[in-house]
Amino acid sequence: MLAVVQFPGSNDDRDMRFALKGVLGAETELVWHKRSELSSGTTAVVCPGGFSYGDYLRCGAMAKFSPIMAAVRRFAEAGGPVLGVCNGFQVLCEAELLPGVLVRNHHLHFVCDFVHVRVERAAPPFTSRARAGDVLRLPIKHGEGAYFAEAEVLARLERNGQVLVRYCEADGTPTAAANPNGSLAGVAGVTNEAGNVFGLMPHPEHAVEAAIGGVDGLAILGSLVDAVRGARGRR
Amino acid sequence: MVKALVHVTLKPDVLDPQGKAIQRAATSLGYDAVRGVRQGKLFEIELDVRDEEQARKLVTELSSKLLANPVIESFDIVRIATSPSP
Repeated sequence: MLAVVQFPGSNDDRDMRFALKGVLGAETELVWHKRSELSSGTTAVVCPGGFSYGDYLRCGAMAKFSPIMAAVRRFAEAGGPVLGVCNGFQVLCEAELLPGVLVRNHHLHFVCDFVHVRVERAAPPFTSRARAGDVLRLPIKHGEGAYFAEAEVLARLERNGQVLVRYCEADGTPTAAANPNGSLAGVAGVTNEAGNVFGLMPHPEHAVEAAIGGVDGLAILGSLVDAVRGARGRR
Repeated sequence: MVKALVHVTLKPDVLDPQGKAIQRAATSLGYDAVRGVRQGKLFEIELDVRDEEQARKLVTELSSKLLANPVIESFDIVRIATSPSP
């Protein structure tokens, strides 16, 4: 069972469930943030996009105090896969489950567009369906998506292969022009050191059907579903 | 009642696009002398505590845990003052 957390102000929670359940056929439940425990049998947790708590104080800053986040932290520390998309990425950074932080886009504009990201490493549980170097076309929609981390932290992330997706041109070249928000080193998504927590600004759940937006999001969400099914098979 | 004033700012090495935009606006208004603007946040906090020393300790903790994100922001306790009881 995948859990999609609903914070007050989340707005991609149902789209995420549709992608995981409706398109990929994985059992998925919405979990209200006031709950203090995840359902038993939870195999993965997803923090969806939106504007949790109205982005008060800083994006994602209030959500980390939601009761469910203590359970999400325990789940992550036990090695369970946790994915954060957009506001979910911001929440995981503020909760210190991921390194760094997302700040205001350098040009100050809200961006709503398709971008290309290069998969830097193909590995379960988030990118096993891709190959390193693959280019995914995914939508973004955010005003605070510029990834920032101190220089030594960023260097460590690069060294450890924790930068999982990076903004790039359609041919896979990372350029300043392809960086939509001023993220350092064009970082679009990072994992924690253990690799079981992943956050990214682009929305894989909005690219799961050919008729609208393409299917490149399945490379990520499909990998997560594969990992969860594999885990169940092993038990 | 003790009142505390906390100023949260982006660290110097973090880009502040809002401050830059405000600076440009100032220039376009003719204030050529404005050479830099950094935008921050100011928090006014009312505290039911024993004394100002306890207030300072509490506000320091609160600032580092909640008001500022230490990755990008630093904080400064501008003032701690006892206000007369109502």
